[in-house]
Amino acid sequence: MNAAGGAEAATPLDARPGPREREPYLRISNLWKAFGDFVALRDVSLEIEQGEFVCFLGPSGCGKTTLLRAIAGLDPQSRGTIEQAGVDISTLPASRRDYGIVFQSYALFPNLTVRDNIAFGLENTRRPRREIDARVAELLQLVGLPEQARKYPTQLSGGQQQRIALARAIAIKPGLLLLDEPLSALDAKVRVHLRHEIKELQRKLGVTTIMVTHDQEEALSMADRIVVMNHGVIEQVGTPTEVYRHPATLFVADFVGETNKFESVLRDGNVRIGDVALQASTGAIAEGKPVTVAVRPEDILPHPAAHADDGQPNVFRVQIEDMEFLGSYWRTHLRAAALRGAPLVSNFSMNAVRRLGLETGREISVELPAERVLVFPREG
Amino acid sequence: MDGTQIAMPPGKAVRLRVDRDGAIKRLFMVVIGLYLVIALALPLYAMMSRSLVTYSFDLTRYEFQVSDEAGNWGEPVSAAELNARLGRFAPTDLRTNTNGRLSATDFFPDFSFRSPVKYRLRGTTDNAPWLVGLDLKNTTAWQEYDSNTFRRVNLRPVASQGLQNYAEYFSNPALFSSIENSIFIATVSTVLTVVLAFGFAYAINRSCMPFKGSFRLVAMMPILVPSLLPGIALIYLFGNQGMLKEMLGGQSIYGPLGIVIGSVFFTFPHAFIIISTALSLADQRQYEAAESLRASKWRTFWIVTIPGARYGLISAAFVTFTLVITDFGLPKVIGGQYNVLAIDIYKQVIGQQNFEMGAVVSMILLIPAVVAFAVDRQMQKKQVSLLSARSVPFEPRPNRRFEMFCLAWCGAIAVFIMGIILVCQYAALVKFWPYDLSLSLNNYDFNRMDGGGWASYWNSIEMAALTAVIGTVVVFTGAYMVEKVDGFAAGRNVFQFLAMLPMAIPGMVLGLAYIFFFNNPANPLNAIYGTMAILVVSTVTHFYTVGHLTALTALKQIDAEFEPVASSLRQPFYRLFARVTVPVCLPAILDISIYLFVNAMTTVSAVVFLYSTQTTLASIAVLNMDDAGDIAPAAAMGMMIFYTNAVARILHAVVTRRVLVRTQAWRRR
Ligand SMILES: Nc1ncnc2c1ncn2[C@@H]1O[C@H](COP(=O)(O)OP(=O)(O)O)[C@@H](O)[C@H]1O
Ligand SMILES: [Mg+2]
Repeated sequence: MNAAGGAEAATPLDARPGPREREPYLRISNLWKAFGDFVALRDVSLEIEQGEFVCFLGPSGCGKTTLLRAIAGLDPQSRGTIEQAGVDISTLPASRRDYGIVFQSYALFPNLTVRDNIAFGLENTRRPRREIDARVAELLQLVGLPEQARKYPTQLSGGQQQRIALARAIAIKPGLLLLDEPLSALDAKVRVHLRHEIKELQRKLGVTTIMVTHDQEEALSMADRIVVMNHGVIEQVGTPTEVYRHPATLFVADFVGETNKFESVLRDGNVRIGDVALQASTGAIAEGKPVTVAVRPEDILPHPAAHADDGQPNVFRVQIEDMEFLGSYWRTHLRAAALRGAPLVSNFSMNAVRRLGLETGREISVELPAERVLVFPREG
Repeated sequence: MDGTQIAMPPGKAVRLRVDRDGAIKRLFMVVIGLYLVIALALPLYAMMSRSLVTYSFDLTRYEFQVSDEAGNWGEPVSAAELNARLGRFAPTDLRTNTNGRLSATDFFPDFSFRSPVKYRLRGTTDNAPWLVGLDLKNTTAWQEYDSNTFRRVNLRPVASQGLQNYAEYFSNPALFSSIENSIFIATVSTVLTVVLAFGFAYAINRSCMPFKGSFRLVAMMPILVPSLLPGIALIYLFGNQGMLKEMLGGQSIYGPLGIVIGSVFFTFPHAFIIISTALSLADQRQYEAAESLRASKWRTFWIVTIPGARYGLISAAFVTFTLVITDFGLPKVIGGQYNVLAIDIYKQVIGQQNFEMGAVVSMILLIPAVVAFAVDRQMQKKQVSLLSARSVPFEPRPNRRFEMFCLAWCGAIAVFIMGIILVCQYAALVKFWPYDLSLSLNNYDFNRMDGGGWASYWNSIEMAALTAVIGTVVVFTGAYMVEKVDGFAAGRNVFQFLAMLPMAIPGMVLGLAYIFFFNNPANPLNAIYGTMAILVVSTVTHFYTVGHLTALTALKQIDAEFEPVASSLRQPFYRLFARVTVPVCLPAILDISIYLFVNAMTTVSAVVFLYSTQTTLASIAVLNMDDAGDIAPAAAMGMMIFYTNAVARILHAVVTRRVLVRTQAWRRR
């Protein structure tokens, strides 16, 4: 993986920088999926390494589930190939592929006990019953529900059902674990807890895992790599920090984390917003092109004195209009005369607020570091 | 990432290889689909083509030669010419059916079988059949007969394709008036039934009236008896020696009056279920909105209740209309001289052996049935879309005057339904109405009557049990395959169509179609004709659709993700089917089997053409005993059907409850 910072890191992985030591575990090449006239996946290519935890992240309807179902062989792609462990599985039916799956509904068999649900994939394999029981006990231990074997799914909480579904999926030791929005039906609290547990479990088992989610926090906190999708297209593939710090497209910048956005035009490597000319990392965008400038709230740095840094590039004066205390930081709404009144949202740390004595109504200077001013070409 | 939209590369869509599961599912679907083709589509096709076949004597195809007494042959002369000379047969006289025979001596007025005159006959085309006794001849070589043999020579008709049968049907005022009669009684019965059932369902769903459970039970009773049973009760009440004959003031119960009253009885539960379902979907909030707008009760009824139930009402009306117009038992028992379409089919086929005309009437009877079916499906779909997930169930509020009114309405209907059944029971027990009113079980001694005796009853039990078991397995399996097979869209659509078709086919039509298809020596399946097997096949097919829909509804309610999970766990689908799908759907499966059992016990229309002396049925025995004037034994046999079905239903309720109790742990939501 290309770990170097800067715009470089935003290149999708399938650009394949240099030779690899080994084949990827899963290789998806030029995948298309059409439902009638509607194209749900457009030329999707992706590689996933053995043991990786990958999240498909994107808004509802962008094609995440469609891609997952193609990988599972439940709803075949229209064009393109899928290889798993070096074997072309493009036309294999689901039953001949090697994966375990957990659906949003969990799809636990209601008339079978927890034990029988987990054992469903183990029976019928000429294994002695004792061995199956031992494996079920081991799995229940693993998901932290050792006491629940004799209960029925409806007698468990949502979080417990979710873990049983997970245990059932990994019981047969699949090479690939597919999770379709496994946490979205749960309460916020349980969700945060389970995130951690699933991640732990995956690390322990080392099973290659793909999880679909529309929750960016979930993806950022769990994934080794995130695949950001939009309208059936992969926008970016990268580690959580890459995706967050160096979004490849405006869509990614917008969808993952928050941004202040301004429209501008690129002149002399600068972007002008109102009366302020900002230096920025503009990459390969041509002179004179219309662009959108994006700045994350936490990348706006407050300066102690009102006039201290005047004249420096990317520093200008703002007025604090409103402050909201959000626990670990202050969400601060700013307005700058230099920006011709355009509002600016920033997150100031508790520390900075105390140290600089920031409060509503004060005028301060802020800095937008050049490498944190993100510039994207604007269409049309 | 470039923003330009590239198009999908050309080529064929990727298709997954079919695994063993997929192959087995497809195989099952194809087998059950083939069953439906053989048991439904092909017989209907046979009937349809038969309705287009006309039989007539084509006199131009025959040539005669007659000798004088000395044995000198005269000139050959065609039968057509002889007929023209004699003016013997008009063209319409030459029209006939498959069984038609025309005596050759009709062309020779001075024929005498003692005369030494000899006759020769030959065909002038390849197809000019005639019979000598029972021997079929068909030749263009001269055949010589002495006069004693010649009197046994009969010309046979030849078949031709065309719409003549239809033309004949519509030009026959007696037959044509059956259409009017059928429409008349069906319309009147429909209006009455829908109004009565709406009131009944309204009271049960929208009032705080007591005894709702009992009323519901009574409303369902007519389903347990054959449709001709109310006819028998009405004869006892208002017939020539009826208990309440005077009440009719000289009106005869035999005819439209009896048919309409009986039809209201036997269609009532069907209309009630449909309307009650529609009313139970009401949304409390609409009523609260109407109330907040100060709409009067009466206005609320017309702007909220009726529109909310409109699909149910329309659907109920069409279902009732079809049930009445296709019913055969009731007009047979109490119709008197009043002819309706279903009776015409029976008369044409059983009475006159005119199968072609029977087929024509069947085709005509198909029209209202198919229209009603299409409308009903449309209404059901719309009804479903009315159902919003967030609607708040309607809670009726107490209102004494309204409750008294409801109680009176439902009470009157309950008295009517119970009355009919009790009269039948009384009729079955009275020794000799109206002369000896002492009670006895003599009328249950069926072996002394025509109609097959007790054997008919046991045949019915056997038939109903077989139908319930085989039918449930076939219907549920078929529904599972069509619901859970991946891909194979064309096959699924065909199957779905075949599974819905039986609902649109009246029983009489199905039965007649079976005669055409199975009673054909060229058909390898001919062997099942006249056996128990054909009765079971026809009954399963006749009642296929409702079972199929019940199964589909149940299957749609279980998680669609079960199959993917099972296949990801590399388990065959049949393991999932046996361990999860069937147990989860058990209540629906029991519903399907009781539905098939009860209907198999009461059905008359399809099987009336198909039973043999070895396989008489209880419902047919009721019909035949009534026909023979043994009305009391007919009532007794009808009551046997009632007891049996009642017991079956109670058993079903007990088993269902036990299943639910036993599985309560996991069914709780
Ligand atoms: N079986 C289907 N038929 C038609 N359109 C579908 C089907 N399944 C999904 N789609 C469409 O494809 C798009 C992507 O769906 P999906 O992959 O489920 O999105 P998500 O990213 O929310 O999981 C959506 O616009 C959806 O409407
Ligand atoms: Mg999805």
